[in-house]
Amino acid sequence: MTRPITKSMDIPVADGEGERYSLRMGPQHPATHGVLRVDLELDGETIVECTPQVGYLHRGFEKLAENKTYAQALILTDRLDYIAAMANNVGYCVAVERLLDISVPLRAKYIRTIVAEMSRICSHLLWLATHALDIGAMTVFLYCFREREILLDLFEELCGARLTFSYPRIGGVRQDVTARFIDGLQRFLDIFPSKIEEYETLIDTNRIWLKRTVGIGKVSGEEALALGLTGACLRGSGVDYDVRKHQPYDAYALVDFEVPLGSDGDIYARYRCRMEELHQSARIIQQCIDQLPPGPIAGPDAPDLVMPNKVPARIEAGTNVYGTGLIKLVRDRNLYISGDVYVATEVPKGELGFYFISDGNNRPYRMHIRSPSFIHIGALAAIARGELIADLIANIGSLDVVLGESDR
Amino acid sequence: MDILLMLVWIVILFVVVMLHVAYATYFERKIIGHMQVRLGPMRIGWHGLLQPIADGIKSFFKEDIIPENADRPTFLAAPIICLVAMMTSLAVLPFARGWVLADIDIGLLFIFAMSSLASYGVVLAGWSSNSKYSFLGGMRSMAQVISYEISMGLSLVGVMLMAGSLNLSAIVEAQGDRFLGMYLMPQCIGFFVFFISMLAETNRVPFDLPEAETELVSGYSTEYSGMRYAIFFMAEYIGMMVMAAIATICFLGGWNGPFAVPFFPPLWFVLKIYLFMFVFIWIRATLPRYRYDQLMGLGWKVLIPLALANIVFTACMKAILT
Repeated sequence: MTRPITKSMDIPVADGEGERYSLRMGPQHPATHGVLRVDLELDGETIVECTPQVGYLHRGFEKLAENKTYAQALILTDRLDYIAAMANNVGYCVAVERLLDISVPLRAKYIRTIVAEMSRICSHLLWLATHALDIGAMTVFLYCFREREILLDLFEELCGARLTFSYPRIGGVRQDVTARFIDGLQRFLDIFPSKIEEYETLIDTNRIWLKRTVGIGKVSGEEALALGLTGACLRGSGVDYDVRKHQPYDAYALVDFEVPLGSDGDIYARYRCRMEELHQSARIIQQCIDQLPPGPIAGPDAPDLVMPNKVPARIEAGTNVYGTGLIKLVRDRNLYISGDVYVATEVPKGELGFYFISDGNNRPYRMHIRSPSFIHIGALAAIARGELIADLIANIGSLDVVLGESDR
Repeated sequence: MDILLMLVWIVILFVVVMLHVAYATYFERKIIGHMQVRLGPMRIGWHGLLQPIADGIKSFFKEDIIPENADRPTFLAAPIICLVAMMTSLAVLPFARGWVLADIDIGLLFIFAMSSLASYGVVLAGWSSNSKYSFLGGMRSMAQVISYEISMGLSLVGVMLMAGSLNLSAIVEAQGDRFLGMYLMPQCIGFFVFFISMLAETNRVPFDLPEAETELVSGYSTEYSGMRYAIFFMAEYIGMMVMAAIATICFLGGWNGPFAVPFFPPLWFVLKIYLFMFVFIWIRATLPRYRYDQLMGLGWKVLIPLALANIVFTACMKAILT
């Protein structure tokens, strides 16, 4: 029995211009990096209209944070950009410290800088792997994973976790680094530049790679600013903006590094920017290891992390049992003030901002996350319009979005 | 009696080629695995040697899903068209002197006809699946195969001119068994064009657009499952072998080698085919994928003019030398 073939498809008979059809790419699609859905209006293979749809991974972190103390909400940030969880942790801690005015010892600052940059390398390696795979170069994928594995092992050595770390804490870090960790990191730094060269030999001057990336997905500097792009997507368009350089936090003011800039704003420029950032990150880590000062890893006024079973029996009415550490902090430091703070940090994807409104309680009254992935997905529509489906895939890869962060 | 003998030969060829196809997948996975710092299949049998057989059994017992709104007869016929067309081209390949099922005078033309027919399978699969990804894959395949068929045909005209025949055995005999007799050197432009067209014709990286998995999920075969999917897979590998065989016959002197092998004359032929298969795999592990319009540009703006120039050049040289 034959059924009519165009029952659910609406493929028009091509008899002139203006024949369009729609294609829903995702949320289950091998190249949308998670659960991104893109509604496409196509004319042949040319994209006429492109509407990204997000929300498939929404877990309500901003709302959840309102019911958790500042210390507890840290674990939510692990699950934002799960590829670079450490950078999110650091960003969150920096923001809360700014809000509560907590000082961080120098050693902890250096350690945080090290782990944040390791996280950046991890994220960029995964980006390169999947981006190359999207364009069809499959060997780069496994080469990148080989080096990423070394870093994940180091993270495991440091804090026991490989993906969701929660290693930094408000006012410092949780454990001190071990000599084994430093040795392993040094060995990694020794081999890493040669490995970057290895990736570059595969794709950097490859004619097909150039054809697929040069001049595709162009964003001018003004457009990039107007679209709110940050990170390598903005710097690829030649705008010199890096939170680490322009509003330094942790130990970034104490180390020497450059902010790589592109000029063309196409996929290749963004690719070059990120490859240079790999070098710069390795440079930052090297300096941090060399300069790592002795001392405590958490400040004297860092909130205690008292476990619930160690909480004194009598608890004041109206307070949260689980947040005892912060209750102490709040009482001691007399933080019964209302106020808000926005603190941005440079995570691998771009500028990650935390906006807190405090009503003086030990829980945020409101937490808003400015996630770069969300804003980059928004820019996808403007970038991909008029290009081909194959370029859309390359563009998604190039914008380096993570849906966990976008949907929060 | 002759017909019976022929049938026996056909069955033998079929079984041998099917085994080769199964192990070509193993070959590919192992080589790519080692190129990508991993091991490839290791679990089933010694170093995964039984993996192709396990894969075959698995795909045979998988549920055969036919989409609700698919055009059923076409959907069912498409993989078979692919496989039959590819298997039929095997008939005219001379594996060694006299080792050929059908020694017809238009062998080369016959293979072109068959490989064009196989693209019908892909196009129909894309159309009948009633899926947009399959549809796009089918469209891409159609455009690609039509364009590259032209450049491939033109690239071999030089060989035809030099050999003065379309019979594959005659082409090999014309090259003789000397190293310098191979058409690789005088027809280097033709070989270059043919090699690239060969990759495109067999949908291999960097021209695997009809099944570009990161763009079109799996292209024309998205909706296929179980054995039907495996049939597409087999057809693709037989296609690779046939193309490698054509390259061997037309440019590398076919079954001729440095010395004659007793008992198994096709040895050199098989080795040369596997050399090409290795290059196919090597390229897959190295190169990214072309974009659809760039692929067409390459075919029409570079390869076809080159092939045409080659024809003119070869014809002139032949006229001057004779």
